[in-house]
Amino acid sequence: MWDYIKLIVVGAVVLLAAIAANYSRDLAYTAQALIIMLAALALFIWQVRQLGDEKPKAEGYLDGVVRAGVIATVGWGVTGFLVGDWIATILAFPSLNFEWAQGYMNFGRLRPLHTSAVIFAFGGNGLIATSFYVVQRTSAARLWGGNLAWFVFWGYNLFIVLAATGYIMGATQSKEYAEPEWLTDWWLTVVWVAYLAVFMGTLYKRKEKHIYVANWFYLSFIITIAMLHIVNNLSIPVSLFGSKSVQVFSGVQDMMTQWWYGHNAVGFFLTAGFLGMMYYFVPKQAERPVFSYKLSIIHFWALIFLYIWAGPHHLHYTALPDWAGTLGMVMSIILWMPSWGGMINGLMTLSGAWDKLRTDPVIRMMVVSIGFYGMSTFEGPMMSIRAVNSLSHYTDWTIGHVHSGALGWNGMITFGALYFLVPRLWNREGLYSLKLVSYHFWLATIGIVLYASSMWVSGIMEGLMWREVDPNGFLVNSFADTVEAKWPMNVVRAIGGFLYLTGGCVMAYNLWATVAKRPAKADVTAAVPAE
Amino acid sequence: MSKRKPEENENGVETTGHSWDGIEEYNNPLPRWWLWTLYATIVWAIGYTIAYPAWPISKEGATPGLMKWSTRGDVEAEIKAVDEANAAIESKLASVELAAIAADPELKGYAINAGHAVFQTWCAQCHGSGAQGNKGFPSLLDDDWLWGGTIEDIHYTVTHGVRNEDDEDARFSEMPKFGADELLSEEEIEQVVNHVLTISGQTDQADPELAKAGAVVFEDNCSSCHGEDGKGDRDQGAPNLTDAIWLYGGDKDTIRETVNFARFGVMPTWGARLSESDIRAVATYVHQLGGGE
Repeated sequence: MWDYIKLIVVGAVVLLAAIAANYSRDLAYTAQALIIMLAALALFIWQVRQLGDEKPKAEGYLDGVVRAGVIATVGWGVTGFLVGDWIATILAFPSLNFEWAQGYMNFGRLRPLHTSAVIFAFGGNGLIATSFYVVQRTSAARLWGGNLAWFVFWGYNLFIVLAATGYIMGATQSKEYAEPEWLTDWWLTVVWVAYLAVFMGTLYKRKEKHIYVANWFYLSFIITIAMLHIVNNLSIPVSLFGSKSVQVFSGVQDMMTQWWYGHNAVGFFLTAGFLGMMYYFVPKQAERPVFSYKLSIIHFWALIFLYIWAGPHHLHYTALPDWAGTLGMVMSIILWMPSWGGMINGLMTLSGAWDKLRTDPVIRMMVVSIGFYGMSTFEGPMMSIRAVNSLSHYTDWTIGHVHSGALGWNGMITFGALYFLVPRLWNREGLYSLKLVSYHFWLATIGIVLYASSMWVSGIMEGLMWREVDPNGFLVNSFADTVEAKWPMNVVRAIGGFLYLTGGCVMAYNLWATVAKRPAKADVTAAVPAE
Repeated sequence: MSKRKPEENENGVETTGHSWDGIEEYNNPLPRWWLWTLYATIVWAIGYTIAYPAWPISKEGATPGLMKWSTRGDVEAEIKAVDEANAAIESKLASVELAAIAADPELKGYAINAGHAVFQTWCAQCHGSGAQGNKGFPSLLDDDWLWGGTIEDIHYTVTHGVRNEDDEDARFSEMPKFGADELLSEEEIEQVVNHVLTISGQTDQADPELAKAGAVVFEDNCSSCHGEDGKGDRDQGAPNLTDAIWLYGGDKDTIRETVNFARFGVMPTWGARLSESDIRAVATYVHQLGGGE
């Protein structure tokens, strides 16, 4: 019975998407409607072929969806790095912004494609996959909701494809990190609610008495992202058959909402979510207890409470009233120690196991990741101070800051988690090559150092050139002068990005070879929830 | 939940006794330095909100803070200080005869610095940060002027602009679209293009036969603005066609495009946006770049 209801609903989606494609008012909407139609059609056919089959009994952990998530994470990661390095190269050599690519693949279209590919496609798939893995192990329970976890995986990746289609075809609402238009936003909302249900459901039926700290962080990430996504994307579609929508907020309110969202995308997506990752994979890989339970409680609640206020520091010296800027700034400063609580807990977990840094490149990757986390969570509060911000704002320093966090912290901790997961998920005797992990480590680390240091030099130089005045108080440099002066740093940045991309490719090969070439583990025992 | 005997680490700290998938947790206390730094940032934050605008508690707005500081106040004070320091020379710049600016070394030096800043802010977008120009936007470094290169001419052009709709006194002229409006046949256009190539010294590109016929077409249709010899007319902003300097390009295809569809370059009026002294400053700056007359 339930199967037939599903068939009817999915069939209706196919039909409605076909109608929408027919009446569409713009190219992006047509493409998106057709993609939805094809996705629903594929689901419909799959569902029909399943009809009447005996359902396999669900037992043990649901790891198939985690395996799919790992593959998606690696694939989107390499794609996102590639697009990023390409646009970094365009910035150094603008003639590469080809005439034939205008309107589809030019810099302005590729830039949000890059940021969304690395944050939401690479980071998001990494978070969903690891959270599904971690919540099952630390709750000793199979994922709740049957195939709902698979819906989350496929639905989330459909969201990414829809978002990318919008960027390429010009359907965006011009809000940084929230570019997708209303149709894509609605879809993500549905997927995210399902994600929350799977996660909460699994926690609810857990067999451990306490909820492990990694799950607090994952849960806070899921709940807060839901809230941020809905509020920042409040908009009214111009037509049900077109991409365009009109924002509910306008002017300074819109700006404030956008950066409340933007900063907490950093705080809850890129920080809280990835701390969840850290709290599981670092003690597992180090085989050491977490340093301090007390610290994890205090820094968790302090982090959650403080981050949500920090958004206005993105809007110093704008139309935003000064008092709101003060609020964002002081909350950011207080946030410094709560952020470092995670770093201390991560690093000190290794005390007594420091020798592993010499022998285990995966641990090395995780430690460098935590180091970059600590560095960027110091740099962030510093840049939120008005006086510093007046120099750093709108310059490459911001880009450098973001990338030391994204490449250093988010990237490296995800790589560490992937190296941990693949042999276990595919039941292999360890990784294909630790030497390749080591190469990846050095390529990525040198890449980040080149990237971040060139952007520091470039950003501070830019800031100083913009404010340089002669004795009469007249500006000395034009904007184009600063663009010209940045050229060598732009080249170094592109080289750093290339090293990081190469490291990503080395990892993709190593993980593929682990699955394809390593022997299966001799003692095959299916993962069973511990009692 | 799997209860285990709490483990001790080297410092005698016990674990909490919980274990998740083999992960345990020590019960270490909060690091002292960490806690005290957290307290210090909180104390500092409270102090900062007392000193600076922070608490939105009344209908009039937020508490202004003991320092009475604001971002707007800050920038106003900075601008005021500079304005006061420059007040005397500014009023002199705005009031003397235009020709007298260059004669006074101190005033000229000030005007060039000020004009450079004005130029980089408002003019560089089109004319380039080195005033070298771009396609459709004239170079200001040479002595090939469309509307005149004396200080007075430049001052007028900056003040009123060119072909804009905001200023009645904007410099204005309009070349007909000889091709698009079918004022000339395709053949005639080809002829006149070859003529222009010839008078601009690009004889190797031109067909002498066509050019010869083109001279007549030019005489009848173009000479009233560009002059019989093609040397242009500054009163009408008609460019000199006999030199190697081109605003849109001097190759055969570009000239044909220009004759067919004409050009309509626009420059904004700056009289409404810049002060008189700023306009004089930027005129002085442009005048001394190399081509001033």
